[in-house]
Amino acid sequence: MHINLLAWRGYRYGKLALILGLLSIVLYASQGGDAAQPPNGGTWQGYVLGTVGALLILWLSVLGIRKRRYNSNLGTVQGWTSAHVYLGGVLLLVATLHSAAQLGWNVHTLAYALMCMVIVSGFYGLYVYLHVPGRLAGNNAGKDREAWLEELAALDEHIREVVESCDAELQSMALSALELSRLGGSLTQQLSARDHSRILLPNQSKAVSNAEQAVMIHSLSQRIPKARKQSEAAVLNQLLALFGRRQVILNLLRRDIQLRGFLKIWLLLHIPLTIALLVALVIHIFTVFIYW
Amino acid sequence: MSDRYHLAIVGAGPAGLSAAGRAAYYDAVNGATTPSYVLLEGFSTFAKTIQKYQKGKHVMDEPGFLDLRSELGFTAGKREQILASWQQSLEAGINIRYDSEVVAIDGEKGSFRLGLQSGDVIEAEHIVFSIGTQGNPRALGVSGDAESDFVRYTLDDPADFKDETIIVVGAGDAAIENAIALSDYNKVFIINRRNEFSRAKDGNLNAVLAAINDKNRGFYCRYESSVAGLELPACSGQLGALILNTPSGEERIECHRIIARLGTVPPRKFVESCSIEISSPSMEAVPDVDRHYQSNVPGLYIIGALAGYPLIKQAMNQGYDVIEFIHGKNTKPADYPLLQGQFSGLPYVMDAEDVLDLYQQRVPMFRRMNPLAFRELIIESRIIVSLPPSELAQAAPSGDHSTHFVAAGEPLYRHGEFSTSFYTLVEGEVQLQLEQDGPWHTIKPGQFFGEMSLISGRPRQGDAVVSQDSILIETPRRIMVKLMNSNEEVRSGIDRVFVMRALQAAFRPQLSLDELAAIAGRVETCQFKAGEVLFSEGEEGECLHLIRSGTVMLTRGGANMVVAQSHSGELVGQLALMGTPKRADSATAAVRTETVLLRRPEFLTLVNSQPEHVATLQSRLSDTLQKSNAMASQPQAARAIGFLMAEGLGEATNALVIDETLCVGCDNCERACAETHNGISRLNRQSGASMAGLHVPVSCRHCELPHCMKDCPPDAIRRTANGEVFISDSCIGCGNCETNCPYGAIKLSYQAPKKPGLLSWLLFGLGSGPGEPEHFKPSAAAQDAGKKAVKCDACMGRSGGPACVQACPTGAALRLSPNQFAQLVEGR
Ligand SMILES: Cc1cc2nc3c(=O)[nH]c(=O)nc-3n(C[C@H](O)[C@H](O)[C@H](O)COP(=O)(O)OP(=O)(O)OC[C@H]3O[C@@H](n4cnc5c(N)ncnc54)[C@H](O)[C@@H]3O)c2cc1C
Ligand code: HEM
Ligand code: HEM
Repeated sequence: MHINLLAWRGYRYGKLALILGLLSIVLYASQGGDAAQPPNGGTWQGYVLGTVGALLILWLSVLGIRKRRYNSNLGTVQGWTSAHVYLGGVLLLVATLHSAAQLGWNVHTLAYALMCMVIVSGFYGLYVYLHVPGRLAGNNAGKDREAWLEELAALDEHIREVVESCDAELQSMALSALELSRLGGSLTQQLSARDHSRILLPNQSKAVSNAEQAVMIHSLSQRIPKARKQSEAAVLNQLLALFGRRQVILNLLRRDIQLRGFLKIWLLLHIPLTIALLVALVIHIFTVFIYW
Repeated sequence: MSDRYHLAIVGAGPAGLSAAGRAAYYDAVNGATTPSYVLLEGFSTFAKTIQKYQKGKHVMDEPGFLDLRSELGFTAGKREQILASWQQSLEAGINIRYDSEVVAIDGEKGSFRLGLQSGDVIEAEHIVFSIGTQGNPRALGVSGDAESDFVRYTLDDPADFKDETIIVVGAGDAAIENAIALSDYNKVFIINRRNEFSRAKDGNLNAVLAAINDKNRGFYCRYESSVAGLELPACSGQLGALILNTPSGEERIECHRIIARLGTVPPRKFVESCSIEISSPSMEAVPDVDRHYQSNVPGLYIIGALAGYPLIKQAMNQGYDVIEFIHGKNTKPADYPLLQGQFSGLPYVMDAEDVLDLYQQRVPMFRRMNPLAFRELIIESRIIVSLPPSELAQAAPSGDHSTHFVAAGEPLYRHGEFSTSFYTLVEGEVQLQLEQDGPWHTIKPGQFFGEMSLISGRPRQGDAVVSQDSILIETPRRIMVKLMNSNEEVRSGIDRVFVMRALQAAFRPQLSLDELAAIAGRVETCQFKAGEVLFSEGEEGECLHLIRSGTVMLTRGGANMVVAQSHSGELVGQLALMGTPKRADSATAAVRTETVLLRRPEFLTLVNSQPEHVATLQSRLSDTLQKSNAMASQPQAARAIGFLMAEGLGEATNALVIDETLCVGCDNCERACAETHNGISRLNRQSGASMAGLHVPVSCRHCELPHCMKDCPPDAIRRTANGEVFISDSCIGCGNCETNCPYGAIKLSYQAPKKPGLLSWLLFGLGSGPGEPEHFKPSAAAQDAGKKAVKCDACMGRSGGPACVQACPTGAALRLSPNQFAQLVEGR
């Protein structure tokens, strides 16, 4: 029943985009042209293609407004988005044909380049919209981030209690492992999902990496066979299990942060570039009319 | 010591205060030197229920159509203003005794004896009972347990206490919440009579165990301990102590304060101990009273919430009226004009009171009702008169409390409409279908219909067409439920007809009404709580169930593998009687469910009388079997349905289900909800459970029998014909619906402030942007108006459908009804 945005209404806008693309090619070809007068934006066909392209860009930008006009009954946002990705895609063809690939170092090409960037970011966005949610759901296994954070907090609390009965060395190591665990961080840290957790080893003043809680888990597993009392071994074993679980949850949360980052980050390019494109486009149209 | 009065009024809530005010008026008129009445209040101040409202609560004066008739004032306003005005009236001379909880009543009219908690006895000729329905907190049951600074039965604000040792007695949710809140700044002991916190909600259970184990928190628990005694502090500021019986002997704990949260004693026990009868075992039942509010005990009158009138204004009017009646004045009650309005369009000239009596006599089922209950029924109902279409155009427009005209020959309701009101025919004729395109049945005066939807909550099955010059009473579900809860005869009468018609609809038997009634008398009505099993896979069956209300899920090969679901009006287990006796599936109630159980002999009588219908039953059965088999061969899908059922969607009619593999988490749905609903979102996308890529966010699912509608004092929660359940403007913000909703879909909220328009935000960054602001400060006006309940109304009346769905960019959000679930999960 749930239908993704590409398949919306039996690929309605995919078909429309296809027709638009074919028409543009026919129009372009009809310019004929020879070495002296190659096809370009200045012929009537060029004007038509340019106008269609500019209108498309305008309409594509309006998605930002339609998406927030919550009282609007003009189609559904899903329908708009479906049309957006198909028509945004065919725009690349329309604009390229319009310019007849006569690129140079000028404001016209700037507009073109900006458009390409918007479109590329858009395709990336489409890709993550289609693929990331499923992975995110798989990663989070039916619980939301809050619930995992709660479980992590409870786990840490538990570790703090259990470790109280251990020797001071282990205790301070475990507590530093808890304290120096890192989630999130800067944008690149969020997106790379690399583990920057650290730990303070006994008799050292500088913390070292504890990625994957590895140092802690390693040291616990080494202590167990050496434990002098059964009860001590039992406690260490319990700690090992707790840190093992901790490792899993931390990874899961890091992955959650990363995937959600993927879902949002591209809009940080897509939207500002759209605005730059609109400005460049206005200048382009303006200049071609002045320097005609 | 014993005082003697003409009249004792028990309970100084709005009802009791108003009665006392009127009694004081008569004393003044008669020039009495000593008061002839006494107002006895159990609490240390008056109107305890209202004193316990949250601070600054805006108190509403619903119902708006009713005028106030009382010596005391009351208009909508702040709790403090209302209490202050009553305080003034009290000071102007009302004979009230505080801390005088009445614990026993005996004697009879003319010489009642009222026993007080303190041991005092008061004598009175008449008693007015106005103790409300809130109940009193269960006491510790040792000497010195009266409410004081040291011993408390409520906790207003945990921040009032710092650096104290406080003992919280009790193990329910209130006790746990109080104890944890107090332990932020105090040392807290929680006293549990049992060895675990079994009565608490899961969240509280985890929280209390965590607090007990938390070594950094001054939080201690005594299990299996009961209170043996207490030592009051010598003077305020000093320590007192609590003596406990613990498994290891007696323990004495010194403390600054004791907070006892042992639940409330509902007033019912006390009421019954005064020989007042409550005829129905139902929890909500209230005692029967006559037209003058007199109970079955002569001389003992009952008014206010306890008499079944849950609003302040009604309570106050009754306080006034009851004193009039006791003084022998036969005044017309304050609602007389309403009654006149109701009957204004009837084709005869008669006093409203006489029409009332006449109608009660005309309908056999109503004859046994007490007149006051019937009066309320009429005031809350619509009187419907059918006119030929030509006259209808000239008829007076029908208002809220005047006769309602409809066109003769037209349906009163149509198949598929959501309405749950109950119709009683007084004059004329109605043609009724029991299922879509089913045969027509004729309804005669004195008979009723509409009980199917009333009981099951499902949309109407078949049409009901009214003939010319008919008169009907259309009663809202709420009033019928109240009536059925308090009047056993009405309940069983409606039930009997329900079963007969349900059998007629299911089997279309060609039997006389007597034969049908005989069968109806033999079938059994069963009730199942959610999760209870009707029958299990593999066992031999001899019966089938016809679902009255609720949803039954069929599972195969595991309790979470749901292969089919059946709703009210449908059959389950018919395979046992129409095929093999071995049950192919287990049947479990998905929500609270009622069924009619049919055994083989009754079944055979029914089907044999109408062999043609057997083919229909058989083809329906093979249809169901095909579908459930298809589902059973897709374990993933069956498990997904099991998940939806576990989330309570079995009783949904319209639920939001998000496909997690499409949802990008943009929260545009929430924003759309807020933007189309005065700035407050009624849906929380992120919360709620998920499984197998399906997510059920916290949002209203428009239940078949909405829990929220159960107990709404101003009847503000309504359902449209399309099924949307919504809250109207008459909400008083009491929070009952929030408590009653098992799905957390209702919240109380101030009105959100207005925001600048979208373009101002897009272009100039003004305001917080679309959606519900994370924090907002309500305007002074909004604070004055108070919090109101808000919930999803499924965007009723919005042509584009629900805004949340329309605003989803990826198609992840859908609103569905349970019969679409199979389609939803198949082929995922
Ligand atoms: C949170 C909340 C909000 C509400 N908001 C509104 C609103 O905005 N507008 C509205 O119209 N209604 C509102 N209601 C309903 C309204 O409070 C009640 O309908 C009304 O209080 C009923 O009045 P009463 O006099 O019958 O009973 P109560 O007000 O309950 O008074 C009963 C009194 O009797 C005393 N008492 C009890 N037992 C004994 C005994 N054995 N001996 C002596 N005294 C005893 C009690 O201490 C109490 O003072 C609200 C209810 C709640 C719970
Ligand atoms: C109303 C819309 C438009 C008009 C009227 C228009 C007009 C023109 C004209 C007249 C030319 C030829 C200039 C020349 O030969 O020197 C041209 C070239 C070009 N246009 Fe447009 N155009 C429009 C929209 C667009 C759009 C939407 C883009 C892409 C973002 C675009 C990109 C270009 C490029 C890259 C060239 C080639 C520049 C060059 O020759 O050096 N134009 N346009
Ligand atoms: C020049 C062309 C394009 C322009 C000007 C443009 C502009 C925009 C704008 C303004 C938004 C609204 C963002 C927001 O407010 O949240 C948007 C969203 C989006 N765009 Fe584009 N876009 C273009 C091309 C494309 C292409 C080619 C694709 C994909 C193939 C694409 C995919 C998307 C997607 C998936 C969204 C998100 C929709 C949502 O979350 O509501 N865009 N785009």
